[in-house]
Amino acid sequence: MTFAAVGAALPGLLNEHLVSILNGLAVGMLLFTMAVGLSLIFGLMDVLNLAHGAIFLLGGYVAFQVIVGEGQSWLAGLAVAVGFGAVAGLALGGILRPIRHRGHLDQALLTLGLAFVLSDLATIFWGSDFQTIPSPVFLQRSVEVLGQFYPAYRLAVMGVGFALAVVVYLVVERTQVGAVLRAAVEDRAMVSALGINVGRVMLAVLALGTALASFGGVIGAPILSLSPGVDAEVLILALIVIVIGGLGSIPGALVGAIVIGQVQSLGTALVPQVAPFALFGAMVIVLAVRPEGIFGSR
Amino acid sequence: MSEALLDVRDLRAGYRRSVVLQGVDLAVREGEVVALLGRNGVGKTTLVHSIMGLVRPSSGSIRFDGQELSGRTPDQIARRGLALVPQGRRIFSRLSVEENLKLAHRSRNGGHDLDSVYELLPRLHERRRHRGRQLSGGEQQMLAIGRALLANARLVLFDEPSEGLAPKAVDQIASVIAGLREQKLSALLVEQNLHVALKLADAVNVMTKGEIVYRATVDEFRSDPKAARAFLGVGQV
Repeated sequence: MTFAAVGAALPGLLNEHLVSILNGLAVGMLLFTMAVGLSLIFGLMDVLNLAHGAIFLLGGYVAFQVIVGEGQSWLAGLAVAVGFGAVAGLALGGILRPIRHRGHLDQALLTLGLAFVLSDLATIFWGSDFQTIPSPVFLQRSVEVLGQFYPAYRLAVMGVGFALAVVVYLVVERTQVGAVLRAAVEDRAMVSALGINVGRVMLAVLALGTALASFGGVIGAPILSLSPGVDAEVLILALIVIVIGGLGSIPGALVGAIVIGQVQSLGTALVPQVAPFALFGAMVIVLAVRPEGIFGSR
Repeated sequence: MSEALLDVRDLRAGYRRSVVLQGVDLAVREGEVVALLGRNGVGKTTLVHSIMGLVRPSSGSIRFDGQELSGRTPDQIARRGLALVPQGRRIFSRLSVEENLKLAHRSRNGGHDLDSVYELLPRLHERRRHRGRQLSGGEQQMLAIGRALLANARLVLFDEPSEGLAPKAVDQIASVIAGLREQKLSALLVEQNLHVALKLADAVNVMTKGEIVYRATVDEFRSDPKAARAFLGVGQV
């Protein structure tokens, strides 16, 4: 196929699969809210937080309770859920503290065990039926995108996710707080010898990461619906995202999330028979070419 | 004699099963530069790390300005007025020179700020936008020293500042430290380069196998060539 032919095919592809592409972007941005926290926490603390998916799901349920159960505003639900996520991160920091000098396996087992417990608690409180949070009233409409109608809410999720990526990137790369974080990723002991309380920095990053996961659970609820199993599903996708993008890299998490979003959505639309495999195929290809991930270092 | 600024007594420390420090006594007075000499692997870095809190001592005391440091965390110790110029320099390679410096800055009235450090180490000013990993060894060492100055510490621990540097860079680093000494810097200087150590220090401590086995002023040490030969395996001083 010549370039001209590809060029001619593109608009057709866009027209035919625009909704799939947009859905992929929305899912990708949800994955980003998960992946960025996972990646930052791993980069700084060397802890792979396998409870991250459970916190995503619980965040969604907490907001569901506030918005649907108590009839409060969307913003109130979001705020309570984000607060819950931050507190969960601080608690996780306390739980991880006694085993901070142990290896990856012990920490992974602890967070995995925690994930099971949290997931079961969610099922006890909210049951195993699909629960959903209706999108905010002002976003309950469709917007015309390139001649097709698309839910405004999903566009908003994309916008919020992208804005989040930009803000996190700027904070990490351009501020003094971000410099502390980057330095601590490289040499924690030296940072503490400069008079900085690294333990506090790590707690802050944990709380931020889990708050973002919880945030993702809330804004994802109107799209994905909440039910047992969603936690494991988003966790695995987010892990693939950071492996592809490169551990510890924020641009990597963003690009990885967009790629996996498209593989999930556009991939299913184009070649449904290989879609379940495509996810891992994408990971294998990236790892074969760049074992450190697209944006990984070394 | 007034009480020493840093007073280490019967310090013992080690890693897991191996004991590295077996009862170290060492003192640094205000305005004094004390050199710590000894071969590789005798425990000099472990001693420095114990003072800074990076290694937890198993027993003994480390008093700084009359307060016990043993058992405190490195950040608490740094905030009490100690700074470390570590072995291997440990510059943050992904941070710019200026970010490295700002990270270390603890302001104090009449103390160093970014401008005064740039004035003292103009090379850092030229390279301020470069990443740590883009610097030469000598420049990295200057950055490590700049970081310690910006901490406005009362005592600086230098761990082999001349190690792995080209002769010209060694001279530059030595003259920077000599300049600081003129300004009444208090320091513990771990050094393999005897020439540099004797040029910069007021007193000498020699360590073998986790103990201080010899201590003297630099003048005494110079007039006792047997000491140098016996403890360090060098003939010429």
